[in-house]
Amino acid sequence: MVPVSWYLLLSALLFAIGAAGALTRRNGISIFLSIELMLNAANLSIVAFARQLGDHTGQLIVFFVMAVAAAEAAVGLALFIAVYRQRRTIDVNRLNLMRW
Amino acid sequence: METLIFLLFAALALASALMVVLHRNPVYATMSLVVTLFSVAVFFVMLGAPFLGTIQVLVYAGAIVVLFLFVIMLLNVEREEIQRSGQTAQRWVSIAGAIVFGAVLIIMFWQGGPTETGELTPEMVSMKGLATALFSEYLLAFEAVGLLLLVAVIGATVAARRPQYADAAPAAHASDAPVGEEREV
Amino acid sequence: MLDLLWLIPILPLLGAAINALLVRAPKPLVTAVGLGAPFLSLLLALGCLWQYVTGVHPGTFEQVLYAWTAGDLAIDVGFRLDALSAVMLFIVTYVGFLIHVYSAGYMGHEAGYRRYFCYLNLFMTAMLLLILGKNYLIMFVGWEGVGLCSYLLIGFYYDQEFPPYAGKKAFIVNRIGDFAFLVGMFALIAQFGSLEYSRVFPAALANTGLMTSPYVLGLTLASFVALCFFIGAMGKSAQIPLYVWLPDAMAGPTPVSALIHAATMVTAGVYVVARSNAIFQQAPDISAFVAVIGAATALFAATIGIAQTDIKKVLAYSTVSQLGYMFLAAGLGAYSAAIFHVGTHAFFKALLFLGSGSVIHAMGGEQDMRNMGGLKKHLPSTYRTFVIGSLALAGIPPLAGFFSKDEILHAAAANHQWVLYTVGLLTAGITAFYMFRAVFLTFHGKFRGTHEQEHHLHESPPVMTIPLWILALGALTVGLAGIPKMFSRGHDINWTHHFLAPIIVRPQGAEAGEHNLGMGLEWFLLFLAVGVAVAGILLARALYGGDKGLAEGRTWASRFPFVHRLLVNKYYVDEIYDRVIVRPLAALSQFFWKVVDTFVIDGAIRAGAFLTELTGDLGRFSTTGNVRNYALYFFLGVILLFWWVAL
Repeated sequence: MVPVSWYLLLSALLFAIGAAGALTRRNGISIFLSIELMLNAANLSIVAFARQLGDHTGQLIVFFVMAVAAAEAAVGLALFIAVYRQRRTIDVNRLNLMRW
Repeated sequence: METLIFLLFAALALASALMVVLHRNPVYATMSLVVTLFSVAVFFVMLGAPFLGTIQVLVYAGAIVVLFLFVIMLLNVEREEIQRSGQTAQRWVSIAGAIVFGAVLIIMFWQGGPTETGELTPEMVSMKGLATALFSEYLLAFEAVGLLLLVAVIGATVAARRPQYADAAPAAHASDAPVGEEREV
Repeated sequence: MLDLLWLIPILPLLGAAINALLVRAPKPLVTAVGLGAPFLSLLLALGCLWQYVTGVHPGTFEQVLYAWTAGDLAIDVGFRLDALSAVMLFIVTYVGFLIHVYSAGYMGHEAGYRRYFCYLNLFMTAMLLLILGKNYLIMFVGWEGVGLCSYLLIGFYYDQEFPPYAGKKAFIVNRIGDFAFLVGMFALIAQFGSLEYSRVFPAALANTGLMTSPYVLGLTLASFVALCFFIGAMGKSAQIPLYVWLPDAMAGPTPVSALIHAATMVTAGVYVVARSNAIFQQAPDISAFVAVIGAATALFAATIGIAQTDIKKVLAYSTVSQLGYMFLAAGLGAYSAAIFHVGTHAFFKALLFLGSGSVIHAMGGEQDMRNMGGLKKHLPSTYRTFVIGSLALAGIPPLAGFFSKDEILHAAAANHQWVLYTVGLLTAGITAFYMFRAVFLTFHGKFRGTHEQEHHLHESPPVMTIPLWILALGALTVGLAGIPKMFSRGHDINWTHHFLAPIIVRPQGAEAGEHNLGMGLEWFLLFLAVGVAVAGILLARALYGGDKGLAEGRTWASRFPFVHRLLVNKYYVDEIYDRVIVRPLAALSQFFWKVVDTFVIDGAIRAGAFLTELTGDLGRFSTTGNVRNYALYFFLGVILLFWWVAL
């Protein structure tokens, strides 16, 4: 059987990739995709730990995380739509009204 | 056998994750995300959480990704040009930071926790146990999440709706700009 | 009655408070409060004194209002009535009240009438605290209080330029003395743990070894404390070198000069020395110093008085000179003689000042004697009382000044201090001369002023002349309180001496100032003193009497131009102080202001502000508006957090 630590390693890698993407991409939608990736990596590590501890509380946590992620995605995308209407762009570099 | 499946899907997950992050076209990126999500669902099942795996596919891949695609189509998001200006420091520091963070995480995981893993038992996998816990111990969280979803729906609807114009105003208020007037950028 | 002792200082305080608060009070009310409070104090004082003298309460009476302790130090807020404070109490309340009455007339048309009485009552409170306090601390509170009131009253005409300056000068010069006084008190606390008279003086007598062993700066403990107290007395009682404020203090209203700078405040220094005689007697070097300073001051000030043209300045220098006599006596150990002279001086100097106030009032504010003359026709009461005061000051028997001055000279002779005796004698002659020079210039001869001044001349109203006569009566009779032994054929009926005897301690049976000189020598010295005084008066008459006016005086002045200039300009002491002390201090202050305060201290603060601004100016570049940058900072923080937690 696969040691749990492998799942954790994978989760860490996925998270790192997602973080790099979230911080690097210019496109707002792409940033969101990277964030979803990070959330999934976290979910994976939680379930792995739940498996290791033999407690299904971790699965419940992931359940809630998914619900929250869905809500967050909905609202965030709605915001992007609103921003797009104002600014005709979702390029993060150009959404910088609050600069010095 | 199990190991093989794991390695296969792990490779798939990593490859598609890289595609999500690196590909210029947002639609392709979204598709790659779907592949990643599927792989993670497989992992869930392998870790003894089949319910979660199902939910993952249904909610994440089925609903959220579709939502993403809708928005991409709606906003007609273009291929992202490669930009060279101004943000090189950001890029390199981000990548370095991500690598460091990954390393930190790995070290954390390596140091903590027992290495012995028990066998999968039926009650760990059963839906019944999960449901019982959800509706008894975690009832408050459950209801709260429900409320959160309600709020999210309302918020998303309000945030994304087409701006309303004020009712025909008397002459005295003609100078007020209507709410959310569209401007040329 | 004696347990109402505490009311005596408090009543004038109430009077001052009422006058201070009732801003729109009509003049009669102000006068009633302003005179009523000291009058009640006077009545209470007389009652207490009666009880004290007739022995209703034996010995010293002490009253504690509040026992204050701070750690190991216990100082009571309380009052003490013993022989010394009884004498001073009588002088202060009696003369003080008379001057208050006179002020009602003199200041009647002034704009600051209410303010004047407020300050004057406050002064009475402080002075009474000073003499009635049962420990050095209460005394010092009064000491500072009279200094404050002196400042307020000297600078009474604050809209003119000079009076506020004179007030400041008085306060600052006094402060030097106050500092030394405080150091002396600290030494007492350090050695005896208390400031109470009832504890310190017995302890000082009992521990003569402690008192006479070396303490600091090469002085013994007794000498150090005595020196500190005497420096304080130098400031308050205008001795060399801290006398310079007193002549300028004449800028205040004349009744103020009478009360504060003649009768009461300036005698506080003498009071302190007399009160602390247990300490001074164990410090023979400092006592000698006191006597020398006193004699020098007496002669010095008298010589300046010869050449002054302002009538108040003559009296001011006369006060400095007479104070010198008091310290001469105290330094020789003749404390009762010093206090006796305080008493007689209070009467005749207050009389002279009030008389001069009457003259100034009649002259419409003119104070320069060169513009006066022949006033005896117009101001008969003033003239007569002024002459009585002058005779008393000159030391003509049987007026008061003769007895007290003779006691002092006798003390010098009895201690075989012939140099000091000669100085005292010479000064007596000069005193008589300048005083009668003032009399002749002011009241005799032809009037030298303007026509409108001449029309304005009138005798003062009774509210001013009655106090003059009462004081004149005092000047005539108070001397009888101190008749020396020789007149009574060996029986000691010197009442003052007896009365004050309990105050004066005699450590180890030392004899001070009571040597017998032999009858012949005593009579000779007495006649010598009177002769010198008479000679002074005659010389003044020769130069200024009759119709001579200023002419003769000017002739003599032109014969000795250098001396004359030196005297008129007060030996240039103020100018010397200005060059040597005031200007360097002012320059130092400028330095501290321009360099240390503006550049260093303000600079440090401005540097801090500048740094903050700089940080802001540079730091704002981190707000790029680009959410990715913010996310990166966030992420880096998370990395650090995880690093710290996990590793």
